[in-house]
This record gives sequence, structure tokens and C-alpha cells, in this order.
Amino acid sequence: MTGDGEGRRGVAVALLSTVIFFTLLAVAITHAPGWPEVKRTFFNWDEFKASMPEIARAFLLNVRIFLIAEVFILVFALVLAVIRSLPGPVFFPLRALGIAYADFFRGVPTILVIALLGFGAPALQLSWVPLSTTFWGIVALVLVYTAYVSEVYRAGIESVHPSQDAAARSLGLTHWQSLSRVVLPQAVRRVIPPLLNDFIGLQKDTALVGFLGSIEAFKQSQIDAAATFNYTPFVAAAVLFVALTIPLARFTDWLVARDRRRRQATGS
Amino acid sequence: MSEALVVEGLHKSFGQLEVLRGVDLVVAEHEVVCLIGASGSGKSTLLRCVNLLERIDEGRILVEGDDITARGVDINKVRRRIGIVFQAFNLFPHMSVLGNVTLAPRLALGTPRAQCEADATALLDRFGLADKRNDYPDRLSGGQQQRVAIVRALAMRPDLMLLDEVTSALDPELVAEVLEVIRELAAGGMTMLIATHEMSFARDIADQVCFLDEGMILEQGTPAQILSDPKEPRTQQFLQRIIEAGRL
Repeated sequence: MTGDGEGRRGVAVALLSTVIFFTLLAVAITHAPGWPEVKRTFFNWDEFKASMPEIARAFLLNVRIFLIAEVFILVFALVLAVIRSLPGPVFFPLRALGIAYADFFRGVPTILVIALLGFGAPALQLSWVPLSTTFWGIVALVLVYTAYVSEVYRAGIESVHPSQDAAARSLGLTHWQSLSRVVLPQAVRRVIPPLLNDFIGLQKDTALVGFLGSIEAFKQSQIDAAATFNYTPFVAAAVLFVALTIPLARFTDWLVARDRRRRQATGS
Repeated sequence: MSEALVVEGLHKSFGQLEVLRGVDLVVAEHEVVCLIGASGSGKSTLLRCVNLLERIDEGRILVEGDDITARGVDINKVRRRIGIVFQAFNLFPHMSVLGNVTLAPRLALGTPRAQCEADATALLDRFGLADKRNDYPDRLSGGQQQRVAIVRALAMRPDLMLLDEVTSALDPELVAEVLEVIRELAAGGMTMLIATHEMSFARDIADQVCFLDEGMILEQGTPAQILSDPKEPRTQQFLQRIIEAGRL
């Protein structure tokens, strides 16, 4: 009984404090001396409506970049993680290469990798090198995110207890069979939430490809803003990005919560 | 009787710590040998060496006359002939009972899936687990999990079974069902090398009992000799402690 009452009281308090907080915030912002000017240049409803269709069309390119890059990242990162988990001194050179790769691409800012590849590769003027800026933008994102995601996979592989591999090997399975059938399936399951977290980062970073000149949502809003001297198109682009990342973020939270419930249910 | 397993002069160190200091042991075919001794005396390490899960430093191990520690031996082929069951079960949590049991026959032996499943079902049935075949390990009791682990090892039709304190992680009321399975295996003629703390079980089932102390087999003989009339003072001390703990 008291639990129910406390629950209702809790909801009421949360509601009240939220309303007060946002009312105060809204009053503070709308009473700022520069607010009329900010409202006109950033939150202009007519500009918003006018620019939205074109930005939304450009945003489809962001979605395409994201989807294409993600497939390659998931595969390459897994290969890199497996290479780094190879046992024995024979594979030292491969492991060292893997470490060097991950260190390098996690260390260099993404925008620099995009700039170097996007401007540098086409400048080689080789007939077989694609000139598309979007292509090189995707390559750059794949290179950078493969380094991050391989670390996530690696953490997953290391979280599987060595006794699982021992059990598999003791049955006569080879190292590769044990890895592919016993260790990796468990590892990948455990890292799905942090993987989705990196997806969210990638979704946002597709905007960096606009730096090369590909007309994606950010580039399109820049063009619109330059034409009208009004920054509302940026807000429109932001709304689109948020609309895509929020469902993914909530889905990630849901997966994490479900995973925790499952572990607790069986953690006897 | 021919020799299923011969261990000669086995040495094994982990860094500075010498865990096995010259172990000699012969297990005849269809024989059950129990290894007893305090924790850290080298029982588990000896079993892991026989399964080649640990690289040995010195000595030889022969299975059915074949030197499995010789250079160029295919480790995976050796392991298919030797089943091992661990204290902590080590079932694969992402696979059903049937998946656990059929994985190795399918991948390591290349047996067709239908054949593997039929064999696995027959084995599960034999040990009272037929209705659990589609369950996942976390739905099973510890005793059931350990019986599945035994079946998983048996599905490879091994020449020799190694059991590493298979009841130590179980609640007391679940120990009997696992020991029952091992008794049935012994009755069926399975050659077994068993590390155990269950002295009365060792007395019942073993043809020979070996007392391990500081990495060596200090005393060896029939259960009656070792458990009732030990010659070595160290063996007497060990058994005295077991009796005081009310476990013999």
C-alpha cells in the first residue's frame, strides 16, 4: 500500500520539478536581450518549412553512408579483433600490425582522415581510383570506426572465460572451430549494447563527409543558410539527426536492461 | 590386460612452481583409477596434461600405446580419444543441451547432423536427460549440467575418460546423481582416471587409488590398502583430516 502511494507521490514530484525547471529555463532564454534576434535567425518557422524538404532529401545520403559503412565496419572490425587475439609468437607481426592500426586510427581526428583521403586519393589521378567524395568519405569512416569497434569486439572476446575455450579444445575442436562456434558467439552477444553506442556515433559523423563537398544534410543546410543568411536550416538538420539517433539510443538502453534482467534471472 | 594409459616421469612447472615432479602411472583398459590428495597436490594438472591442455616439461604420455607427447602429434586427434569433464561443467551457455552434445562429433569427427542427434538422444536417454535435450544449460540444475557435460564427452566415444573433481562444485543433494552416472560408466567398462575428494565413492568404484602429494604419487594400491591401511605417514595424515571432516 505505502509502496503504491510513494510511487504516485514520486511521479507527481518528478512532474512538478520538471515543469518548474523548464518554465524557468524558457523564461530565462526568452527574456534574454538578444532573444528576438536569435529567434529570427535560428528558429524561423517559415525558413524551417522551406528548407526541410531539401535537407530531408540530403539526409537520405547520410543514411546511405551510415548503412554502407556499418556493414564493412562490422566485418573488418571482427577480423581485426580476431587477428589481435591470435595466440603464440608466430603471429606476433600480425598482432603488432593490428595494434598499430587501432592506435593510429583512434588517435587521428576523424575529420583529418576524411580530408586526407577525400582530397588526397583522387589527386593521385589514377584511372582506377574513384573520384567520388562520398566514396572516400565512407572509406575514411570505415577506417576510423573499424579501429573503435574492433576494441569493442576484443573486450567481448576477452570477457569469455578461458574455460570455455578449454572445454571446446578438449573435445578435439581446432582453435578456429572453438573461436567461431564457442567464443565469438558469446562475445558478440555481450557487446551488442556498446556496438550500438558506436553506431550512434557513426550516424552523427556521417555529417563530416559534407566537408568533402558531398551534399548531405549538414552541407545542404550550410548552402541554405548561406543563401538566406538565416541559420534555421541547421536546426532542421539537427532535428533529423536527433530523430534517427534517439530511437537507436532507447533501443540500446532496452537491450542493456533486458540483458541485465536475464543475467539476474539466471545468476544463481 | 593391455595398458590404456601410461604416464612416465611427468614433470610440469608453472613458472618457478613445480606442480608435477616425476609422476609415473599406468591405467589398464577398463580400469578405474582414483587420484586423491590435498588441493594443490597436482591432481588437476595431471589430468590436464593427459588431455594436452597443458604442455608438459618432461616425460612421456602413452594412450593405447601411442606416444601423444611426441613431436608432430596432432593434438586435436589425441583429444578426440580422451574425454575430460571439469569441476565447473563448462557447458556452452549459448547452445541447447543437444547443441552442446553434438557440436564436437559434427565438427571434429564430421559425423552427419542427423546421426549425431540420434546418438546424442540415445546417450541423453541413457542418463535420464532425454526431456532436457532442447533446454539451455542455465535452465538445468548443477547435477543435470554435470551429467550433460559427461554425455558431451562420451559423444566422442573416447577410449579414456578423465574426471576432474566433477562433484566438487555441486550442492550435496546433487552429488549422488552424478556419481551414479560414473558408476554406470565403470560398470560398462569405461577406462577412467578420476580426481576426487569423495573417499567413499573412491572406495566403491576404484580398482586402484593413488595418493598424490606435492606433485608425486606417494602411495598407490587397492582402495582397501590406501584408504584403510596406508603405509606412508603423509597418507595417514591426509586421511585423518578427511575423517575428522566427516567425509570418510
